[in-house]
Amino acid sequence: MTNTCLTFRDLTLGYGSHPAIHHLDGTIRKGSLTAVVGANGSGKSTLMKGIVGVLKPMAGEVIRAPGVRAAYLPQQSELDRSFPARVVDLVSLGLWPRRGLLGRYTRGDRDDVGKALMAVGLGGFEKRPIDTLSGGQLQRTLFARVLLQDADLILLDEPFNAVDAKTVGDLIALIKHWHGEERTIMVVVHDLDLVRQNFPETLLLARQPIAWGETRETLKPENLLRARRFHEAWEENAPWCEPDEHAHGHDHHDRDHDHHDHQHGVGPRAA
Amino acid sequence: MDTLYGLVIAPFADFGFMQRALIGSLMLSLGACPIGVFLMLRRMSLSGDAMAHAILPGAAAGFLFYGLEILPMTIGGLIAGVIVALGAGAVSRFTIQREDASMAAFYLISLAIGVLMVSIRGSSVDLMHVLFGTVLALNDEALTLIGGIVAVTLVSLAIFWRALVAECLDPLFLRSVSRLGSPVHFIFLGLVVLNLVGGFQALGTLLSVGLMMLPAAAARFWTVRVEPMCVLAVLIGFASCVAGLLLSYHASLPSGPAIILSAGVVYFASILFGTRGILRARIVHHRHRTA
Repeated sequence: MTNTCLTFRDLTLGYGSHPAIHHLDGTIRKGSLTAVVGANGSGKSTLMKGIVGVLKPMAGEVIRAPGVRAAYLPQQSELDRSFPARVVDLVSLGLWPRRGLLGRYTRGDRDDVGKALMAVGLGGFEKRPIDTLSGGQLQRTLFARVLLQDADLILLDEPFNAVDAKTVGDLIALIKHWHGEERTIMVVVHDLDLVRQNFPETLLLARQPIAWGETRETLKPENLLRARRFHEAWEENAPWCEPDEHAHGHDHHDRDHDHHDHQHGVGPRAA
Repeated sequence: MDTLYGLVIAPFADFGFMQRALIGSLMLSLGACPIGVFLMLRRMSLSGDAMAHAILPGAAAGFLFYGLEILPMTIGGLIAGVIVALGAGAVSRFTIQREDASMAAFYLISLAIGVLMVSIRGSSVDLMHVLFGTVLALNDEALTLIGGIVAVTLVSLAIFWRALVAECLDPLFLRSVSRLGSPVHFIFLGLVVLNLVGGFQALGTLLSVGLMMLPAAAARFWTVRVEPMCVLAVLIGFASCVAGLLLSYHASLPSGPAIILSAGVVYFASILFGTRGILRARIVHHRHRTA
């Protein structure tokens, strides 16, 4: 199992009592490059949060291989753009895994910050205040921070939003470079053509995994159709999900639910 | 030259109480102004004000049991402030309610208790004393206390600086690389309380927040980086203390308001003339570079 980077074991993530990721099982191989696709509300961002540990599982677990460090680029950053910081200050946050709270930044660290900015095409932007950056420039700045984190596991949540075509190309090249370095990468993407061209593996989500594996197989029309049919809304009176139930497929709305929800104990979940 | 000496130096050289007031208020600026910068950057400017009110019942309890003594009132204020800060902070961290609402709820309850307690025993003169402070009557005990508070503040800021900046700039990122997010938030709230309590003997519970916020708000108009902003805020605090004390001495004005109003003058000047102020933004726009 040394080849495994992430293991999902019966993972359920959600908000309130409603699951956004429902009973996910599976593994992410070390050095793999996986696209995560699915409709709005299908649980893509939730899965990312669960892997980073920002969101605690309602049931099951995410197991990271020992020593694996993650870098996370969220879809909705809580970044405060009015904060008085320069590009170099923001990117230097990426030195945290290396230097922590008290370690001094060395000359080498500062050189690395410069190199990271060069790599995303923002050389010379060091001194710019972050509130003067365009949306795409800010996104590249955050990419530079991920680059600097030098993580084994890289999680990018819709990194190509508000980014022009040329920059998408640059960022894809960067992702492929990381892939070449045997880093494990998961990217939430909406553009299926982009996925087909650039990502060897794909996880198609619709709260449950619809298909997961080689991109060409996963993105077959019948899978996409099934993914589209999933019901996005929560149902307040949806029946409680039972521990053994997910093994029987999705169609369990009419079943009896008279045993107790013992195993998980975190609270009720909708089906 | 003699007139300048008479105006600026002599009051401090000739009178012990003026020296103490100067030392006390300068030390307060050193700790409180950087804290004010972070309060402002976290959009918690009014939380400082709320917290200042929250200190009242603790100070009043100390006053009720021990009379007008600095130590019991300070410790009481500290306890009340910490309870309110932790309570409001915890409600906002663990429920859907935002910090501004929980803070308002907690401080209003606290303030009502405080006023109630003061009115049980004190005359209105005592209440005025608690509310507005007396920087001209700082004794050795008070100065030592302020010195200790400043030392704790500066050391904590030095240790947690990086985490504090990260927590303000990008809290989600900090959570993804470290567990320090919540502890840093509470440490910061603790420092706010500590500095307000340190200020209330000198400036009173209501005005001690002024020395925290006004220099910070003024410094915001001059720089785009945190470090210089903190240094500048401290310098503005220093200048306000000196100017306020001299004003108070020469014009026989109450010293607390004089200090805060001096900071207020710097604030308005900064709005107008700061490098990110109004005039600059209006005038410089006529010309632009090619790229």
